[in-house]
Amino acid sequence: MPITINGAEHDLDVDPRTSLLDFLRTGCGLTGTKKGCDHGQCGACTVLLNGQRINSCLTLAVMHDGDSVTTIEGLGTPDAPHPLQAAFVRHDGYQCGYCTPGQICSAKAMLDEVAAGWTSFVSDDVAGAPKLSEEEIRERMSGNVCRCGAYSNIVAAIAEVAEAQA
Amino acid sequence: MTRLYTMDKPDERNRLDAMAQGIIGRPLDRPDGSAKTTGVAPYAAEYVLADCAEGVLVLATISRGEVVEIESAPVLGMPGVLAVIADPRMITRSAQGGAGKSPVREIHKVDYYGQPVALVVAETFEQARDAATRLRIAYRADDPAKVPLEQDDSHAAHEAYGEPVEQGNLDVAMRDAAHAVDVTYTTEGHASAAMEPHASIADWDGNTLTAHSSLQMLKYNQKELADALGIKPEQVRLISPYVGGGFGSKLGISAELTAAAVAAIELGRPVRVVMSRQQVFQCVMRRSETRQRIRLAADGEGRLNGFGHEAWVSNLPGEKFAEPVTQASEFLYRGEHRRLRIDLARIHRMTAGSVRAPGEAVGMQCLEAAMDELALASGIDPVELRLRNIPEMHPSEGLPYSSRRLAECLKVGAERFGWDGSDRRPCQRREGEWWIGTGMATACRVHNLNEAQARVTLSTDGTAVVESDMTDIGTGTYAILGQIAGEMLGLPPEKVLVQLGDTRYPPGAGSGGSWGAASTGSAVFAACESIREQLAEQLGVDEADLTLKDGTAVAGNRRIPFTELVKADLTETGHFKNGGIDEKFAIAMYGAFFVEVGVNAYTGETRVRRMTGAFGLGRALNAKTATSQCLGGMVWGIGSALTEELVFDPRDGHLVNHDVAEYHVPVNADVPALDVVLVDERDPAGSPLQAKGVGELGICGAAGAIANAIHHACGVRVRSFPITPDKLLDQLPEL
Ligand code: FES
Ligand code: FES
Repeated sequence: MPITINGAEHDLDVDPRTSLLDFLRTGCGLTGTKKGCDHGQCGACTVLLNGQRINSCLTLAVMHDGDSVTTIEGLGTPDAPHPLQAAFVRHDGYQCGYCTPGQICSAKAMLDEVAAGWTSFVSDDVAGAPKLSEEEIRERMSGNVCRCGAYSNIVAAIAEVAEAQA
Repeated sequence: MTRLYTMDKPDERNRLDAMAQGIIGRPLDRPDGSAKTTGVAPYAAEYVLADCAEGVLVLATISRGEVVEIESAPVLGMPGVLAVIADPRMITRSAQGGAGKSPVREIHKVDYYGQPVALVVAETFEQARDAATRLRIAYRADDPAKVPLEQDDSHAAHEAYGEPVEQGNLDVAMRDAAHAVDVTYTTEGHASAAMEPHASIADWDGNTLTAHSSLQMLKYNQKELADALGIKPEQVRLISPYVGGGFGSKLGISAELTAAAVAAIELGRPVRVVMSRQQVFQCVMRRSETRQRIRLAADGEGRLNGFGHEAWVSNLPGEKFAEPVTQASEFLYRGEHRRLRIDLARIHRMTAGSVRAPGEAVGMQCLEAAMDELALASGIDPVELRLRNIPEMHPSEGLPYSSRRLAECLKVGAERFGWDGSDRRPCQRREGEWWIGTGMATACRVHNLNEAQARVTLSTDGTAVVESDMTDIGTGTYAILGQIAGEMLGLPPEKVLVQLGDTRYPPGAGSGGSWGAASTGSAVFAACESIREQLAEQLGVDEADLTLKDGTAVAGNRRIPFTELVKADLTETGHFKNGGIDEKFAIAMYGAFFVEVGVNAYTGETRVRRMTGAFGLGRALNAKTATSQCLGGMVWGIGSALTEELVFDPRDGHLVNHDVAEYHVPVNADVPALDVVLVDERDPAGSPLQAKGVGELGICGAAGAIANAIHHACGVRVRSFPITPDKLLDQLPEL
């Protein structure tokens, strides 16, 4: 079965050693997904796998027969940006831009997790519906390292989108 | 045509504020934002070149010695493997910033654990990576017990670095002081850890080497690569429009670029080499660990008359760079009896070089912690202590200061933060298991200028283009150069296209030492001034009487749109030079940090709860990107205070924590909502833009404020950064 990436089907005819990240970047030309560490430490390679966020460097492409992947290119484009992409620009939630696609994919999935009622380490009440405070955003976004240190603006951008969605 | 601007005196004209467009300084979104947030901005490794082969570097596993044999044959038999290369043109260290010539490239001689010794090239990355891990290399290794691996190793050679300052008699001043502090602080090595690993794709057409590479200063990098390869700089073209962070690590070329270039030349096809994260840590650049003895001798009112700052740092043999720890100490505070010096130890760890704010990043954090100790000893509010020690003249050179907003920053920052310096006794406040404390520190960073060129074209269609080989490493160059040109030429930002990062454009300043904006921006300014003069001449008015706004020239009672006025494209190259302004004035950026921390009474964990930074950095060319630079610097300050530390194995100099999992840079949860204030300033000696440097100031002293807050919270004075829980644990007060 092929793998579906941003709605288009791709054959998984690759070296079995190829990570999903390298398959996206080299095999499919989707270089919006970044490689920062290749070891699941930085989050630059975050994509949505069947709607959930994963580090695409930590999984092999051949394991994803029939799966559906959304990358930063699938979220929005310069002409039709996703609200998160637009909010990151407005709030200057990036500097060099290298961690940014991973931050945005991660934020998209994170908001969905909250909407689905997933709690986090900093949630006061693990039984009730989580409220997305700034502290919650910081905790839930800590798998995405930004060496430029744009965190305050990243939190502001995500909070604005979350509020608009609420 | 070229317009030269030589900065040899303050530019009091303040032209930008007199322009009509009204975009300079405004917090505009970056023009590159859309490309970066949608993933279409191409970084070095991401260009598609037909028939591109993939290379993987192999690093040495000894601390010093020689490569005796590279057993290539078994690896060459593996599927897809094309070559194993160890060529004398390959560099084995990164070039220091501004070197402009090849660094050491003795590929068979090993000077540090982790030095590149070979490149394996294959058809695919997976094949090359596999072959590289299997490549066997025979070494003749020096006895590690005889190789100096640490500063205090008895085998290490020491030398004095730079010009020491020896003035008056510090020993007597210390003896006679009403309040004296004599303390020694240490800091550990730091890594830049830019998120984009060093990457290059090289392509050789028989005459010209074209490389897509992740670099900060192309005009120097072009010469470095040409020198290594033995070709002329004109035969090298470098392309770096997007750079995934640098922080000093990409000032000079690194091993992956020459390896890719040599492989491309040898194989006759393009070759891509991307360092792994571990390789970036091991073979690019480290900030030296430091030991710093600080002596402060004050009178009864806290006024310094003695000031000593001595530092011990390290680097590899043969490297010219030493961490300039005492750079800001030369002029920041008063004290006629002075002693400043730097001792450089030669050891065999990877190259020490520039990491964000070399010198002040670690020098200021220790000085500012020592100042807090003086504040406590003298019972003076730490803010007041700093205010009392702002000198009238440079304490050694007698130079006047250019614009200096230190006092305003201290006051504005204290006000915003709600600083109360009246009672600095520790252990006053506890919330459950958390000791709460506040601390502050001064920020200071020298202002640097560098030669720069930029070309500006005003077109017949009423748009403008700015071109320079200047880079934007996240600093906001695309935004601010467009705003300068738009302000000067009377164009809204969307009518100005900025093109950067290609050696085909005029040589800019490069991104380093916080000089990029003031220097390259001034080249753009000079070009625009010339274009304005040409328009004025065409209209028969004085340039000063010409108003340009929204693509229209207004002179007297005439209004003419550029589309009519500009009959043929007007192109001008601005050329900016530092004409010795820094020999006439002490020019620097200043600020103040205020921090509140919680220290866990049981675990010794420190959390930064609030942090304010007030900064005087000359004119902010774009308030949004300038603020972001300050935010980023403060985040680095948190890392430097609490977690960042390169750990070397004392047996062989092997870097133990060579990745992002073990070298702890701050993550989102480590950083509270940071508060940045830009204190309004114009510094006519900083540049014709009245702007100074921005990118590094936010780190310079920040960690000191955190250390001081930790002391205020729990009463433990740790003189060893980073302040990890183990250093607090056995001294925490009983609950
Ligand atoms: S590249 Fe996958 S987590 Fe860093
Ligand atoms: S924007 Fe540079 S690492 Fe996040």
